[in-house]
Amino acid sequence: MSSILVQVIVGGLLLGAVYALFSSGLTLIWGMMNIVNFAHGDFVMLAMYVAFVVWKLFGGGPLAGAPAAALVLATLGVIVYFGLIRSIMKGPMLAQILGTFGLALLLRYAAFWYFGANFLSLPENLVGGTFDVFGIRIEASRLLAGVVALIVTGGLHFLLTRTALGSRMLAVSEDSAAAQLMGIRPDTMQAIAWAIAAGVTGIAGALIATFFYVVPTVGETLGLIAFVTVSLGGFGSVPGALVAGLLIGVIESLSAYWIGAVYKDIVVYALFLGFLWFRPQGLMGKS
Amino acid sequence: MRTMPRWLWPSVALALVIAYPLLFSTPFLQRLGALILLYAIAASAWNIVGGYAGQVSVGHVVFFGCGAYAAMGAYAHFALSPLVGIPVGIAASVAIAAVIGVPTLRLSGHYFSMATIAVAELVRLIVSNTDYLGAGVGLSGPTVPRNVFDLSFISALPYYYLFLTVLVITLGITWWMADSRMGFYLRAIRDSERAARSLGAPASRVKLYAFMLSAGLTSVAGTLYATMFGFVDPESGLGILISVKMLIMAALGGAGLLFGPLVGAAILVPLEEISNNLLGGNGAGLTFIVYGAIIVLIARFQPGGILTLIKRLWAKRHKAPDISTAAGASHAP
Repeated sequence: MSSILVQVIVGGLLLGAVYALFSSGLTLIWGMMNIVNFAHGDFVMLAMYVAFVVWKLFGGGPLAGAPAAALVLATLGVIVYFGLIRSIMKGPMLAQILGTFGLALLLRYAAFWYFGANFLSLPENLVGGTFDVFGIRIEASRLLAGVVALIVTGGLHFLLTRTALGSRMLAVSEDSAAAQLMGIRPDTMQAIAWAIAAGVTGIAGALIATFFYVVPTVGETLGLIAFVTVSLGGFGSVPGALVAGLLIGVIESLSAYWIGAVYKDIVVYALFLGFLWFRPQGLMGKS
Repeated sequence: MRTMPRWLWPSVALALVIAYPLLFSTPFLQRLGALILLYAIAASAWNIVGGYAGQVSVGHVVFFGCGAYAAMGAYAHFALSPLVGIPVGIAASVAIAAVIGVPTLRLSGHYFSMATIAVAELVRLIVSNTDYLGAGVGLSGPTVPRNVFDLSFISALPYYYLFLTVLVITLGITWWMADSRMGFYLRAIRDSERAARSLGAPASRVKLYAFMLSAGLTSVAGTLYATMFGFVDPESGLGILISVKMLIMAALGGAGLLFGPLVGAAILVPLEEISNNLLGGNGAGLTFIVYGAIIVLIARFQPGGILTLIKRLWAKRHKAPDISTAAGASHAP
């Protein structure tokens, strides 16, 4: 393999780790409450703007931006849960989709109205330039993003499978009435799930902002990537989202390298539709 | 009340709609009327699958785009009348609907919604990079009409009556469908798909038929749009905001109700035109903030839309036994 191909694949893996991180927020909500958050991509967009504002006002890099974005987004998640999700969850399918879809529009055009349609970006040298590893050039910002994303995704998986909180959340998602009889409050657990899901999405958004342009409509593309990742990985599965995220990152990078950058999204969406035809439960989902 | 013939109010309303452009004859109001009818056609077409079948398509613009591109393509490449776009667009739309619907309508509704978004984005990206379809620039229709079949008029009046005719046909088809065996299946499926399936309703197939019917009618709306504006590009023919408009108009008026989309269009189209006129370019962003807020509020408080709300209030006032007021539970006017 030529070194440039290795470089493309490594770049894809690092990008894929971030995809995995923001998709795990979506998959958590879907798996637990059977609700698809159509505003998920716009949550990422909002986090990117938070990171941008943190840099603009305080000169802070992603180490300041990511916690700030996590905090803002987690708060938003809780507000959205209590203000909207709790009541539409019991409603018809149409209300569920309309509710989060309307939220997406609201966030997207509020950002458009406040920040304008210009492409903003953080300075390239905010996270130290590039360096060589065995002849492969890696941008420090992408490396940081990829590594942090892997750590947070791993932490999320640990939280869901190895802690008391995780077990309680699982209990609510399995049978909310039975969980309530065992002294678990479904409402609290679901609000926590929204806070966690939106919080990790916030971290992911702040990380992406270090190497990606920031624009109100960026959530459209990123939201679709999250859908593709989640459906590829299997709904509700964080490890599935990780594998699928890495895979999509690599496929995107390779198709950008081989066919051309404009076609990378076309390849990913076509892959998504192919999967819906032949394996709708995803790579790791239950059928 | 029971002695009043059922057709009285619809006939009065139809007479008013026919007389509208003659009563309000300024170009702005005639154009506004034509646009309301055009969006009502698209939203009514969406309503067949989104309201009656309860499958929320968020990528309906792809069918709208098929019709619009077929019309402009017929003129630009073969010098044919844009009307040729109607059969071509319908054929393409029904085929695409089958490709999306066959795998996803077996699954839960969320998959269908996501697949429709993905297809719409996929098609938009492909068309934006295809020179034959005008890539990012788009395709134009005839600048000077060669004959009446080019459907290129300066006044909005002919468009108004053309759109009205198509809307009446669309609503007629919807009514006929809702009243047929298929309509009964759809209502049963929407209330409980599992129960309907266990009683032998061919759920996947009926939903697919509704989707294909809806796709074909949406394509006609796209063709009409392109002939009126004489132009289509990826933004105006395939942008996701057009899907959003169909969805929100149907939901605001009342999804799954025959006249819901028309009511929604009659409220939202003037709102958008006025805010665009008052606020200029910045208005577009603000308009969609309002749209987003409206959608959230409908979902949160009144998923059945305005018509359901009116029906409920009406029933309360007349102390009639509570008529079915669930989201789109009633099907006929």
